[in-house]
Amino acid sequence: MKQFIIFLRKEFAHVLRDRKTLLILFGMPITQILIFGFALTNEVKNSKIVVVDNAKDVASHKIISRIEASRYFEIEEAMLNANQIEESFQQGLIRMAVVFPANFNHDLVHQNKGQVQIIADASDPNTATTLTNYVSAIIQDYQAEMDKVNAIPYRIEPQVRMLYNPQLKGVHNFVPGVIALVLMLVCVMMTAVSIVREKETGTMEILLVSPFKPMMVMISKAIPYLILSLINVTSILLLSVFVLKVPVNGSILLLFAESTLFIITCLTLGIFISVKTNSQQVAMLISLMGMMLPTILFSGFMFPIENMPKALQIFSNIVPSKWFYIIVKSIMIKGVGFSEIWKETVILIGMTIFLLGLSLKNFKIRLA
Amino acid sequence: MKAVVVTNLSKVYGKEKTRAVHDVSFSVEKGELFGLIGPDGAGKTSIFRMLTTLLLPDNGTATVDGFDVVKDYRQIRNTVGYMPGKFSLYQDLTVEENLNFFASVFGTSIQENYHLIKDIYIQLEKFKDRRAGKLSGGMKQKLALCCALIHKPTVLFLDEPTTGVDPVSRKEFWEMLKRLKTEGITIVVSTPYMDEASMCDRIALIQMGKIMSIDTPENIVAAYPVPLYAVKADNMFLLLKNLGAYEKTIYSYAYGEYAHASFRNVSDEAEPVKFLNESGLREIEIYQTTPTIEDCFIKLLKN
Repeated sequence: MKQFIIFLRKEFAHVLRDRKTLLILFGMPITQILIFGFALTNEVKNSKIVVVDNAKDVASHKIISRIEASRYFEIEEAMLNANQIEESFQQGLIRMAVVFPANFNHDLVHQNKGQVQIIADASDPNTATTLTNYVSAIIQDYQAEMDKVNAIPYRIEPQVRMLYNPQLKGVHNFVPGVIALVLMLVCVMMTAVSIVREKETGTMEILLVSPFKPMMVMISKAIPYLILSLINVTSILLLSVFVLKVPVNGSILLLFAESTLFIITCLTLGIFISVKTNSQQVAMLISLMGMMLPTILFSGFMFPIENMPKALQIFSNIVPSKWFYIIVKSIMIKGVGFSEIWKETVILIGMTIFLLGLSLKNFKIRLA
Repeated sequence: MKAVVVTNLSKVYGKEKTRAVHDVSFSVEKGELFGLIGPDGAGKTSIFRMLTTLLLPDNGTATVDGFDVVKDYRQIRNTVGYMPGKFSLYQDLTVEENLNFFASVFGTSIQENYHLIKDIYIQLEKFKDRRAGKLSGGMKQKLALCCALIHKPTVLFLDEPTTGVDPVSRKEFWEMLKRLKTEGITIVVSTPYMDEASMCDRIALIQMGKIMSIDTPENIVAAYPVPLYAVKADNMFLLLKNLGAYEKTIYSYAYGEYAHASFRNVSDEAEPVKFLNESGLREIEIYQTTPTIEDCFIKLLKN
């Protein structure tokens, strides 16, 4: 036990005396959460659109004023012909154009059928779909009102409700993802270099000629990062709640418990990398390339896993952050309890035990 | 029981089968100061690493304190002290923290074995809050020695402890080793400096992974078979060239500001002087000198 304490003290000294790394450790999560939270949203806000109103009648005015009232659009009215619209798209000035034909109201009233042309810049298909949906919704809304006046007895009105994230806010998705990403990066990378550093500087050579226990070295290396990462989780959550306004609907305690578990999974993964590699550079590269990419690609917070080919879907199961992402999303946004996420929890525990055993087995008790 | 017994030890590296250690055998008595003397790349570090259980030998056996280096590696790791050739303490820990760490790893404390390191540590004490990475070369080696000693090892392995250390500190370092010997600690030390060989009780001269000779430094010097001369002249380059060309020369090589040479069938120095004079060299100075370990080493190499 005394031995363990001295190891632990040594590891804390290593971590706390390396000021630059410490700065990265605490700075990275904060910058990332802010960048992801503010810049990387797929929400459509203040999109520039142009309205070409050839009709200038009651109906077109009413619809335009409704579009104007929505906070999604920055509207500009101009009399453009088809070529001019095309040009505006090409120059990237607008993302959508709404064109009312002449006699719009006339057609609507007399033929019971009015036409509006909606042209969207589909080079960014997600945004285009979202924008056209918004506008179609506004138009249908108006149509519904007209129908009321006309008093048609039967009408089916689909009521769409966006569950958990009614405003379709991007940050709701990103915060759990960023928590997973940041923890993965910090924990894996830091521990990945920790043991290999001792190999590189030669301290492992002395350490090996002593009655130390590999398990003790591994655990003592992980504990400082566990504590630092818990601080990181706290700061990310504080930022999420107070700056990005993402609520924590479930139990904070459960969230922290699950985060601790995921941190330990990442730490053992880092230790495994450290045990297997022989230079800090290789360890760093593996943890960056091998961890960051799969985390972004396969945890599901950027690209939906369901849309991937079957092989990749199966592969995504071995990415720990996928499970953690599900857990955080469930607790933070859906507000569920442990009974809903026990399966994911068990998977993470299993991965941790597996990696720990693998690291112990691969710990080199000799040089070369 | 002997402290270290090495029998036919061999180590081969890599795909090219580089022979680092080839069929090496020697033994070290309890309480002896044993030196492995040889140039860089002679295989000293490989032998040390096999004895400290860090490398597995490809052939042969070795025991330390009666424990086999392969089977009983745990016991050996508990009892020996090891100081690698490269400074290998924690650079970001202070002097005191390093010492404290290694004491605790071995389940002891600085106080318990302070008498062993007292003479050395006294010089370090004023830097005890300084980080190990910020110490001078000599101080680093002293700290490393303290850390290797703090658990009162039975056998101390020092791999080139004086490499990169100034002459004064080197001398001090050897004085410390002599004092440690009186504590009954067996010391196995390696060095590329031939002049340090005379400080050991016994030495093994090693080259290309093979041991060329094992004996006390005195015996090795006494075994030098022919008289050795130190020669000096106005032109060193010409002197060496002519000595090499002289038919009666056995060996000749530069040795500091002199050339060392031995001759066959020569009763005194008059004959070589005559030859050198005829070769056009002036201000010739020649006298018979006592061979050093380095002379013995060169002789062994040339054989």
